[in-house]
Amino acid sequence: MSRYIVRRLLQAIVTLFVLSLLLFAWLRSLPGGPVSALLGERSTPEDRAALEQALGLDQPIFIQYLRFLERAAQGQFGVSTGVLPGRDALEIFLSRFPATIELSFFALTLAILLGIPLGYLAARHRGTFLDTGSVLFSLVGIAVPVFFLAFALKYVFAIQLGVLPPSGRQSVGINATHITGMYVLDGLLTREWDAAWDALRHLILPAVALSSIPFAVILRITRASVLEVLDEDYVRTAQAKGLRAATIRGRHVLRNALIPVVTTIGLQTGALLAGAVLTERVFTFRGVGHALAYGFETRDYAVLQVLIMMAALIYILVNMVVDIAYAAIDPRVRVR
Amino acid sequence: MPNRKLVAVAGALALAVGLSACAESQRTPTTSAPQGTTGATAARSDSGNANADATFIFGAAGAPKLFDPFYASDGETFRVTRQIYEQLLDFLPGEAKTGPGLAESYEGSEDGLTWTFKIREGVTFHDGTDLDAAAVCANFDRWYNQTGAAQSSAVTYYWNNNFGGFADQTDKDSLFESCTADGMTATVKVTRVTSKFPDILAHGAYAIQSPTAHEKYDANNVQAQGSGFTYPAYALEHPTGTGAFTFGGYDDAAGEVTLNRNEDYWGTKAGVAKMVIRTIPDESTRRQELQAGTIHGYDLPNPVDWKALEDGGAKVEIRPAFNILYVGLNATKNEALKDVRVRQALSYAINRDQLVQSQLPEGAEAASQFFPKAVSGYNTSLQPYPHDPEKAKALLAEAGHSDLTLEFWQPTEVTRPYMPDPASIYEAIRSDWEAVGVTINPVAKPWTGGYLDGTEQGEAPAFLLGWTGDYDSADNFIGTFFTKQDNAFATKNYPFAQELTDALVAADSEPDAAKRDQMVSDLNKKIAEEYLPGLPISHSPPAIVVAAGVNGLVTSPLAAEDFSTVTITE
Repeated sequence: MSRYIVRRLLQAIVTLFVLSLLLFAWLRSLPGGPVSALLGERSTPEDRAALEQALGLDQPIFIQYLRFLERAAQGQFGVSTGVLPGRDALEIFLSRFPATIELSFFALTLAILLGIPLGYLAARHRGTFLDTGSVLFSLVGIAVPVFFLAFALKYVFAIQLGVLPPSGRQSVGINATHITGMYVLDGLLTREWDAAWDALRHLILPAVALSSIPFAVILRITRASVLEVLDEDYVRTAQAKGLRAATIRGRHVLRNALIPVVTTIGLQTGALLAGAVLTERVFTFRGVGHALAYGFETRDYAVLQVLIMMAALIYILVNMVVDIAYAAIDPRVRVR
Repeated sequence: MPNRKLVAVAGALALAVGLSACAESQRTPTTSAPQGTTGATAARSDSGNANADATFIFGAAGAPKLFDPFYASDGETFRVTRQIYEQLLDFLPGEAKTGPGLAESYEGSEDGLTWTFKIREGVTFHDGTDLDAAAVCANFDRWYNQTGAAQSSAVTYYWNNNFGGFADQTDKDSLFESCTADGMTATVKVTRVTSKFPDILAHGAYAIQSPTAHEKYDANNVQAQGSGFTYPAYALEHPTGTGAFTFGGYDDAAGEVTLNRNEDYWGTKAGVAKMVIRTIPDESTRRQELQAGTIHGYDLPNPVDWKALEDGGAKVEIRPAFNILYVGLNATKNEALKDVRVRQALSYAINRDQLVQSQLPEGAEAASQFFPKAVSGYNTSLQPYPHDPEKAKALLAEAGHSDLTLEFWQPTEVTRPYMPDPASIYEAIRSDWEAVGVTINPVAKPWTGGYLDGTEQGEAPAFLLGWTGDYDSADNFIGTFFTKQDNAFATKNYPFAQELTDALVAADSEPDAAKRDQMVSDLNKKIAEEYLPGLPISHSPPAIVVAAGVNGLVTSPLAAEDFSTVTITE
């Protein structure tokens, strides 16, 4: 098992290195650049040339990359030029990350809590109204674009009904204490219940919007997986042995059916981040996705590099954890 | 197995209790009046029942980049710093003209090269430092003596453009010469006469800042790092001015700047105890927040929403237009444009009146010259080019370009006060040109994704662009556009290039204001009728909106509002 983990870690380092190279080249091949963002419409060609020279952007790309690596080795990942000019890109990531964790956690929890039971019930009651309804519901979840759903939710619940706030993470003037940067958790830890409740109210709409795709995927995978397992010989054997129905469902059906579901949940972290860019944007929810969108608009190389690399790192790590969890659920993986 | 579960649950509980024990609320009361305040009597009270303890929450389209305005060039930064700082001169309320600020009076010598500023008595910076002439000269010296990375236009845009250079740049023609302090009198010498000086000192970039805070927080320490710049603690966390609000902090995670009423302010104190500026980039979200009552006002409401906002009880305040939208032309990429008849034909082909009525907000006007009426030197006898497709066709035929093909650039992913909806403006002009037989090759590029780069580097034969003025100065408009011959307009392609540059320089260096205005007015006529290096299109008034209970806001044509006049009735 430990050799397996070491091998996976080495693979991750190589992947990240190759990604950093591709990302560096790709960002610089995009039209425009930080010079436009820094100088705006008031610049002259001389201003541009002088700035490109001052920032070393006139150098060949491999020299720029070597300088980037040199600085990265010293722990300097560059400073922002657009999202929050002058601030360290890594600091921006760290200050924005708790918001995205909080949002993703709520969205994924919602997706799991609804997706697995509904998927299981749909499979158990195959062909019934419940099954057809769930499948249709999940189809809508996949088909409707996240930003459309976000706008629709905002329009209905924030504007028309006025029951939830339209944007932001916490009301101005609530004056809450922030420790972790995850506002609901902070409110609970400091026992500032009104602050926690206020943060939770701000989370509901973006979390529902963001959970739509993972929910639909989890539901469908769970349903398909349970249907497959129900047909397995060992389930029939268990039934023939006269085991209790609850034992069969819990130990033999659900446990085996959850293996692909767990893998799917791991893969969904990537989708969550992509969805977070849109959701955070619509709800002005200042997380990593919000910074990423603004980073692209302003061609903020340093921030984009750090955010995308960190997203990749998280994606790789989450999938490693999922693989290890997979091994824990399925003993055959450990034997291999 | 049950034991392991029990241990896990107990562990989680212990962790939660532990975390909870070390996490203490650091809340402070928010609504009580700060110590030393005399509350409503000390502050403004335009309205009988204004709440002097209120917090004014404003939705801004973008985040401030930093809090040292000398290193800034964007409106969102100046919106915040204008509340914290003041300048030697200030804009008259609701106007683009300048008047006294921290200098209660000022006068120039006969030759226009020496300016004497009488500094206002009894003013202190937020850190307790007294304002005197020495503090003022310390600011001038700081500006002039910037070194290294801070000399880049990306950092000190306004100084570079207005004053031309720094102390150690001997190859540059610096406008600033010296500043000498004598008690409450500061004497500033400049190297040449220019229409900019001293009016430019009213611009937010030239805010007078506390020299003590500069030293304490290493204010000049700007460094280039990677593809950006790092700024000192002063610019990020400790801005110290003399304004009606003090800096309360910036929370990036929440996107909020907090400003507190300066209880020791020398003038009329702010009408609200606190102001919070929230960054809400999306315009429709700003509107929704106003409708939900979670903000008190916001900038740049979409013109299509103005009526609905007013119907909902909000107050839409339309600022006087202080901008210009133009079609830039660059003959380097299209030889046909070298012929003035072709440029005139393109101008006659555009139906400006229809464009203004159908695509621009209420109060917008067709443009006859490259700056709005409020700027000195405006030529009142000039009329916008009339819509005359027949004349356009005839001119094209006369020039031998009836089959003209033109690459026309459109910016995407952007809105500007002078260009609220670039796509619809682009389509209107494109269809007008196609109607007179011009074949248009459309090119669409994202604003910072190639559009600005391309137009500035002369790659676009025809393009949409504009400008919002910094202050009442013709030079700030036409001087910026046409003095240089190798920019987006590339006047170097035309026989009048040097003549135009010389005329602009001559007008800018004329010390007599009346004479200067006449020179500019004459030049405007020549630019519009003879030279036509680009096509002036329109002036659009940007708006600002506040909720029903908000009073006292005085709008500025420069979008340089002073929010200390705002009161809230709750």
